[in-house]
Amino acid sequence: MGEPGTKEPLSLEELEAAGSLRTGRKHTLSILVENKTGVLSRIAGLFARRGFNIDTLTVGPTDDDAISRVTLTLDGALHPIDQVTKQLHKLVNVLKIRDLEPEETVTRELALFKVAVDGSQRGELMQVTEIFRGKIVDVTKRSVIVEITGTTEKVEAFESMVRPFGLIEMMRTGEIAISRGRGET
Amino acid sequence: MRAVDALMECLKAEGVDVVFGLPGGANLPTYDAFVDAGIKHILVRHEAGGGHAAEGYAKASGKVGVALATSGPGATNLVTPICDAMMDSVPVVFITGQVRTELLGTDGFQEADTIGITMPIVKHSFMIQHPTELPRAIHEAFHLARSGRPGPVLVDIPQDLSRADIDYEPVADIRLPGYQPTVEGNQKQIRQAAKALAAARRPVIYAGGGVVNAGAAAELTEFATCDRFPVTCTLMGLGAFPGTHPQWLGMLGMHGTRSANYAIDEADLICAIGARFDDRVTGKLSEFAPRAKFIHIDVDPAEISKNVPAHIPIVGDAKHVLAKLIVEYRALAPDGERLGDWWKRIEGWRERYPLSYKDSEDAEIKPQYMVQALYEATGGEAIVVSDVGQHQMWAAQHYHFPKPRRWINSGGLGTMGFGLPAAMGAAVACPDQLVCCIAGDGSVQMNAQELATCAQEGIPIKVFIMNNGYLGMVRQWQELFWDRRYSQVETGAYPDFVKLAEAYGATGIRLTDKGSLVEDMKRAIETDGPVVVDVKVTREENTYPMIPSGSAAREMVG
Repeated sequence: MGEPGTKEPLSLEELEAAGSLRTGRKHTLSILVENKTGVLSRIAGLFARRGFNIDTLTVGPTDDDAISRVTLTLDGALHPIDQVTKQLHKLVNVLKIRDLEPEETVTRELALFKVAVDGSQRGELMQVTEIFRGKIVDVTKRSVIVEITGTTEKVEAFESMVRPFGLIEMMRTGEIAISRGRGET
Repeated sequence: MRAVDALMECLKAEGVDVVFGLPGGANLPTYDAFVDAGIKHILVRHEAGGGHAAEGYAKASGKVGVALATSGPGATNLVTPICDAMMDSVPVVFITGQVRTELLGTDGFQEADTIGITMPIVKHSFMIQHPTELPRAIHEAFHLARSGRPGPVLVDIPQDLSRADIDYEPVADIRLPGYQPTVEGNQKQIRQAAKALAAARRPVIYAGGGVVNAGAAAELTEFATCDRFPVTCTLMGLGAFPGTHPQWLGMLGMHGTRSANYAIDEADLICAIGARFDDRVTGKLSEFAPRAKFIHIDVDPAEISKNVPAHIPIVGDAKHVLAKLIVEYRALAPDGERLGDWWKRIEGWRERYPLSYKDSEDAEIKPQYMVQALYEATGGEAIVVSDVGQHQMWAAQHYHFPKPRRWINSGGLGTMGFGLPAAMGAAVACPDQLVCCIAGDGSVQMNAQELATCAQEGIPIKVFIMNNGYLGMVRQWQELFWDRRYSQVETGAYPDFVKLAEAYGATGIRLTDKGSLVEDMKRAIETDGPVVVDVKVTREENTYPMIPSGSAAREMVG
């Protein structure tokens, strides 16, 4: 037997009830996993079924062939992070999880912007790109592709700058993160 | 040897003496290997029956149960038992056949993405991609199923790989670097817990199925009697503490006793052991035990502070942690007298609110009395396997379990159809013990086909059907919460369970008289082979007391 409910319809406010420990900030989890089939599916499935929403996710190799690194970010205002990490730890293929402290971490993402500019605006766009230390990687008569590397904030700032030019499309990789100092992440 | 012959060697090395299953195309090689393997295989009539039988076997024996099915529909029929085993932490290894590797992903005949379908409901799963992986996968599956917080593990074997010839060498080690359950428990935390308990004025021990799984019932009793700690158990924990002990408050939660729920409500310290603060226990979470601090002992760190924040968390196996806690607590030599007032209050509730019901004035059998009669007829010494519904709650309330592994039911998932096949598995695991299944007339039909298995194998389960001609729990909720607008809950007088039992090769008996019920039940129990006893009970009886879903313990009704 599930909930008995009542004959009254449920209000949306009632549906939004419930809560647990929320940190209220963005969290970057660096996760080492065994490089086996289905691991990503297990992680994604866990998030879906526990109602956790992933903001960004990147997966890549490490210096050990048998191990991959998953870097994912999620909003601590929406999720009890300790539950997320504890549930992740229960996955047999997950070896290590680190919840990276923002001030002790270097994070980067790569973004490509395809902007609709012709000759008249190209110079201005190149200036903006210069300021953001970006690179022009493709030019046609009616478009330019810019490559930007940096923190999420920087990528978003660049986006707001180029949007008025006419943003055709944008690709972002999601963040990777590494801890500062001598120790391993 | 063939990979499937290696599979048999692995099963034997794991001490498997019996498996439950049903063959099909994709696991033909496995079934060929069974012919010479010397492992007893019980042919079930539906894979779900086999899965639940493996659960019943595991719950009764404490060993890992094994269930087999073919690919596609065979595997999907196992989904309910797998999920049930996940929710109740039951160690079962499920071995499914899969289509040939060349057919994978092509929507081949009887192909289903078994690994994908079951991913959210397994502790772990292995898709065999090379035949040489099989032996290690089997041993790791058993290790995962039984250690830490137990659970279901699935191994999916494509048909062609299972026929492959491999060099089999026994696997001596387990390589699971990402899996290291914490067993011991932090000594400092345990000391803190002992101090908090020694200082508490209104403590309650709240024990769950984890105590049974850890084999820690003796430690729990010793710990509780270090002092006069009141003890309550969850539905899954019944038997972890003797149901006749003076410190026993009865079950807690939705259909628990008032003594247990009121004690939790007024407690200043709750020591949760192997329990997970399920919504059926807590009711309205924000009003659960509002005055209490919490010690939470669990082998699964993710359970700690999941629903209720723990003040003193202890990650570890209940058996280890309790053993240490006993030593620490005794060293403090606390004043036992301090609990005198608390016990006076509890005794007051016990006197005012015993579990009761209004008995019939004629021969009509009240469902509560039916459980009491079974308790008397069995001397309280049966393994009782319950299905899901009103009868389950009445059985939990009125049968007093002296020991762990005497009460087997589906708690977390609440799977109708669990009882009969699980009783079959329990009877296979414990051939020297009496196994009684208490079922409803609704739930028993969801796996009644296993009566044929029982008849064929001579598995002597005694099935007591509490027959009220309703899906009783749903009817109760419609009566109480939906203005008695009954919708699709009446099952009437169908089927005739006596004839059904006979058709399956079991003995069928119908009982309608309260006066001779105990004696009639004794006769049924003494009858050889599987017996189905159709007990006609009061049609519209409600399970009380009750905390309405989403309410607080104080708001108990009935």
